[in-house]
Amino acid sequence: MKPLSALLFRDMRIAVRVGGGALMGVLFFLVVVTLTPFAVGPDLALLKRIGPAILWLAALLASLLALDRLFASDHEDGSLDLILTGRAPLELVVAAKGLAHWLTTAVPLVVAAPFLGFFLNLDGAAASGLVLTLVVGTPALTFIGLIGAAIAVTLRRGGLLLAVIVLPLTVPVLIFGVAAANAAIAGPVPFGTPFTVLCALTLASLVIGPFAAAAALRLEIE
Amino acid sequence: MRITELANPSQFLRVADRAIPWLAAATAPLFAVALYGAVLAPDDYQQGATVKIMFLHVPSAWLGMLCWGLMTLAALGTLVWRHPLADVTAKAAAPLGAAFTLLCLVTGSLWGRPEWGTYWVWDARLTSELILLLLYLAVLALWRTVEDPSRAARAVAILTIVGAIDLPIIKFSVDWWNTLHQGASVFRLGGSTIHPAILMPLMAMAAAFTVLFVTLLLAAMRNEILRRRVRTLRLLQASATG
Repeated sequence: MKPLSALLFRDMRIAVRVGGGALMGVLFFLVVVTLTPFAVGPDLALLKRIGPAILWLAALLASLLALDRLFASDHEDGSLDLILTGRAPLELVVAAKGLAHWLTTAVPLVVAAPFLGFFLNLDGAAASGLVLTLVVGTPALTFIGLIGAAIAVTLRRGGLLLAVIVLPLTVPVLIFGVAAANAAIAGPVPFGTPFTVLCALTLASLVIGPFAAAAALRLEIE
Repeated sequence: MRITELANPSQFLRVADRAIPWLAAATAPLFAVALYGAVLAPDDYQQGATVKIMFLHVPSAWLGMLCWGLMTLAALGTLVWRHPLADVTAKAAAPLGAAFTLLCLVTGSLWGRPEWGTYWVWDARLTSELILLLLYLAVLALWRTVEDPSRAARAVAILTIVGAIDLPIIKFSVDWWNTLHQGASVFRLGGSTIHPAILMPLMAMAAAFTVLFVTLLLAAMRNEILRRRVRTLRLLQASATG
């Protein structure tokens, strides 16, 4: 466990220091949400209706931001080779890096979401439902993203390709995340139905993501 | 000849060279028969002549999914046995699968306009099929990003296996969700619900599409093997002169 926790804290320290991308995500999130009313018009009823979708979409795009550097920077400075030759199982290492990414990128988004909800005319109850779906759903985004980050690790134009690879795979998460958030706000579907599917997607991606990403890393770096 | 001998690229080339003309010769009459049957098939009592779009739509949907299934098997061959022919299969199949999936979406959209009143709805079947197309395009993009073919093959293999999750979602989307797209009517428990007068041309068309796919796949694989040989020769030449 020691190497894993060391890696976790190292990644988090790198993320919050100069050059790390931790707060960039939140800033991006804020900018996207601010731009939306300019694009669709400041109609409060409309914003209330599409608010959860906008916040989810912005969270999805923001979680992609730092993803292309997740393994690539380790690959460039050589620490990835060190990790690969280390004794800790690569799947767990990848999961630890994913957890660090989630803690530094997604958690700030979740914290910011209710405040940005006020811009989109979401009241307290609606915002809390939305936050719940984001807490449960964003790990799936991160762990699906791990696969793309690992595949694109040695590529020069990794960032663009990463989005192309990862976004189609995140569609189910987006569908059920927004469905659950809408169910919490307006119904008519009970909140539990899409929410449990969202939980299932997250649990499945927690398993599939690290294994697929570890396999991709082993194959790419040799 | 045993099937394992085919795994040798030179042996494969020899067999492919012999098989492709025969397959091509079989494709043309199969299409002729299937198209003749499709034209002669009776109009639907509600849809009229637009029902004939189905004869293109359904086989291309099947082939689009079959092709990803084949790529998934090839991906296992790449990852488990590191077999170059598996890489070649996966690479040759991807554009074909993308084309069939696109054909499926376009024909479905053209049918949807008169029958549903819209070119597109965000229904589970349509959405999952669109995701399949996006996954094909992602695979094609990945092939075009990595220069070294065997490294590209391994990256694509992982993406292919992960993307295979979409196949059961497409198949069962009409059962799991209440879709505008109709439910399973050909392969279902209790037999097909389609009248033989329409089912027979459909099956003939599916056979023609499949033979066409095999022909194109073998030709594309042959081209890919030759392309790789040219690449190797060029690299050798460059290192010899340089």
